[in-house]
Amino acid sequence: MDFNRIKEKLNILADAAKYDVSCSSSGSNRTNKNNGLGNTGNGICHSYTEDGRCVSLLKILLTNHCIFDCAYCVTRKSNDIQRAAFKIQEVVDLTINFYRRNYIEGLFLSSGIFKSADHTMERLIAVAKKLREEENFNGYIHLKSIPGASDELMYEAGLYADRLSVNIEIPTISGLKLLAPDKNHADFIKPMLKVKNEIIRYKEEKKIIKHTAKYAPAGQSTQMIVGATGESDKDIMYSATHFYKNYNMKRVYYSGYVPISMDSRLPSLGTEVPMLRENRLYQTDWLLRFYGFSVNEILDADNPNLDMDIDPKLMWALRNLNFFPVDINKADKHMLARIPGVGMGSVNKILNGRKFRKLDWDHLKKMGVALNRAKFFIICNSTDWERRDLDAARIRSMILQNSKSKFKNQYTNQLSLFN
Amino acid sequence: METTKTLVYDGSFNGFLTAVFIAYEQKLSYADIQRQGQNQGGLFAETEIIFTNVEKAQRVWNGIRKKSNAAIKNIYFTFLSENRNIEALLYHYIRKLMGSKINSATNFSDDCILKINQIAHKVGREKHRMEAFIRFQLTKDGVYFANIEPDFDVLPLISKHFRNRYADQQWIIYDVKRKYGLFYDLKSVEVISLDLTEIHTNSLEKSTAFTDEEYEYQNLWTNYFKSTNIKSRINTKLHTQHVPKRYWKYLSEKKEAV
Ligand code: SF4
Repeated sequence: MDFNRIKEKLNILADAAKYDVSCSSSGSNRTNKNNGLGNTGNGICHSYTEDGRCVSLLKILLTNHCIFDCAYCVTRKSNDIQRAAFKIQEVVDLTINFYRRNYIEGLFLSSGIFKSADHTMERLIAVAKKLREEENFNGYIHLKSIPGASDELMYEAGLYADRLSVNIEIPTISGLKLLAPDKNHADFIKPMLKVKNEIIRYKEEKKIIKHTAKYAPAGQSTQMIVGATGESDKDIMYSATHFYKNYNMKRVYYSGYVPISMDSRLPSLGTEVPMLRENRLYQTDWLLRFYGFSVNEILDADNPNLDMDIDPKLMWALRNLNFFPVDINKADKHMLARIPGVGMGSVNKILNGRKFRKLDWDHLKKMGVALNRAKFFIICNSTDWERRDLDAARIRSMILQNSKSKFKNQYTNQLSLFN
Repeated sequence: METTKTLVYDGSFNGFLTAVFIAYEQKLSYADIQRQGQNQGGLFAETEIIFTNVEKAQRVWNGIRKKSNAAIKNIYFTFLSENRNIEALLYHYIRKLMGSKINSATNFSDDCILKINQIAHKVGREKHRMEAFIRFQLTKDGVYFANIEPDFDVLPLISKHFRNRYADQQWIIYDVKRKYGLFYDLKSVEVISLDLTEIHTNSLEKSTAFTDEEYEYQNLWTNYFKSTNIKSRINTKLHTQHVPKRYWKYLSEKKEAV
C-alpha cells in the first residue's frame, strides 16, 4: 500500500465529508458472526473533534468528483478544488485497520455523483459488500443513498448497510430550486420511500419466519442545513416532523450552514455558523421525540421561530402558565416531563423516589433538577414556593438574570444576522 | 456501646462479600471492612482477618440479587471504584436493601442509596471511556496491544466487550496503574501480569516492539482526526470536557498535543 498517496486522498476526501454531521453508530444490533471482526451496539464515540463533535465512524467520500453544482456544497462541479477518488480496496483496508485498533465503530461512506446516480450507488454497495462478505466485518456501515438511485440498488444497499440516508439539505422546495436547480425534489424522495418500504416489509416477514436477513437495521436518517436560505424554524421543524412520520426516519440532523463560497444566493463568507440556533433545533427535536410534545405546541404561525435566549421547553411553559404550578409529588409522568429544568432522567428519579416519601427541594436538587428554572413551575413538600403571581415576562427575565448562557458571546452576533 | 470491629479482607470482591457475610453473622450494624495493606485500625479496635470463602460470597450475592438486579450491579461497580472506605458505605447500603420489605434500590430520596448510584454511575462512565479510548498498537508478534491507566479498576468490566468485538485478533489490554492485564489468545481471555520494560503511550518516537505499518496507520488516523475539524466551529472547552486531558497520552490522535 502506498501510504503517502492514501494520506493525500484521505485528507481530501475526509475534508469534503466532514460537513455531514450525522455520525451516529447506534441503533443496530449486529452480533459478531463466526468469530469474525466486530459488532454493533449503542455506538461509541472513540474521539471528539476539536469542535466537540463525536467521532465514531470513518467518514469519507468515495470520490469528490461530481457532475452536479449545488451551491451549498464544497464538492460542487464549479468549485476549484483538488479532486481524488479511492479505490474500493483502499476503503476496505482503511476501515478494517482503523477498526482493529479501536479507532472507530465502522464506516460512513458518501460520494460525489460521478457519471450517474446508479453508477455511484453501485460502487458504494461494492465497498459494503466486500467488507461483509470477504472480511467478515460486522461493524457499523452507513451508506449514503444517492438521489435518483434505482430501487434495485437501494434494495441491495440495505442488505449490507446498517443505516442509509439521503440528505434533504434544504428544508423548503423553493430553497432547493434556488440552490440546486439541476436537482429534482422527487429524486430525493424516491430512495427514501424504497428504503422505508423495505424496512417495513422485513419487519413483517420477521414476525412470520424466524431467520430473515437484516435490512438496514439502524433505519434511515436525513440532514437539513440550517441558515442557508432564510427558512424559519417552523419550516425546518415541520419538515422534520414530516420525515419522521412519513418515512420512519430514525433521526433528522440539523447542520448550521458553514459558509464555503461567494455566492449571492447564500450567506457570505465569514458569516458566523448559527450554532445556537442549531442547538435550539436539536432541543426541540428531543421534545418531540422523547417528551411527548407535538410540533404545533412549540412552533406555529404566530411563533414561527424559537427563542434564542431560552430553551424551547421553557418557551412553551411561559406561553402556557395555566398548566402550572405542577405538584411534584402528584403529577403524572407526562406532566413532569413538561416542567422546565426537569430532564427525563430526573423524571424517573422523581417517580421512584416519591414512592418512599414526599419529596422536597433538597431531594430535587440532589436528583439533578435545574431548580433555577424549575422552581417557578412546581410545588413540593415544602411551604416554601413561589407564591407571587408572576407573569411570563417577569419569570423570563428572572431566569435570564440568574443564568449565564454558554453561547452569550455568539448570541449577540447572531441577533443581527436573523433580524 | 457496640464494639467496633475491623474486618480485614484480601481485596478481592469475593473477599469483600465474605466479610459482609461474617459481619451479618455477628449482627454488626456498622462494619469497618478494610482491604489488606490499607487497614489502619485504631489502637484499641479489634481486628479480624477474613478468609475468602466463595460459598459464603455466593450466598450474599444471591441474596442481594433476589432483592434487585440493579442493586447487585451497583454494588459491584461501586466496589471497583476503590474509593477509601467504600466497604463501610457498601455494607450500610446492603443492610438498607435487605432490611426493607420493598425494593429500595431505587429510593433516590435516601442519601446512601443516591450516593452509591452516583459512584456506580461514575465507574460505568469510566468503563465506557475505556471502551472508547483504548488504542491498540500492533506488535511484531501480531498482538494488538494497549496500555491503560483508568481512574477505577474497570478491566473486569470491559473484558466481555473486547472479547466479543475483537474475536479474530489477539489482544492485550494492560493496566499499568494496577499492574495486571487481559490477554485474549483467540480462544479465551486470561488475566496476566507482565514485566513491562516500557510503558507504551502515544509517543512520537517509534518503539521497536511495533510493526512499521502500525506507525503508518497511526499517522493516517491522526491525519483523519485533523481533517474532521471545522475551524469556524471550534470549541475547545467542549472538546476537553468530552476527552479530559488525562487520557490524551494514550490517544494516537493526540500525539502532537501532548
Ligand atoms: S450532488 Fe451531492 S456532492 Fe454533488 S454538488 Fe450536490 S450535494 Fe454536492
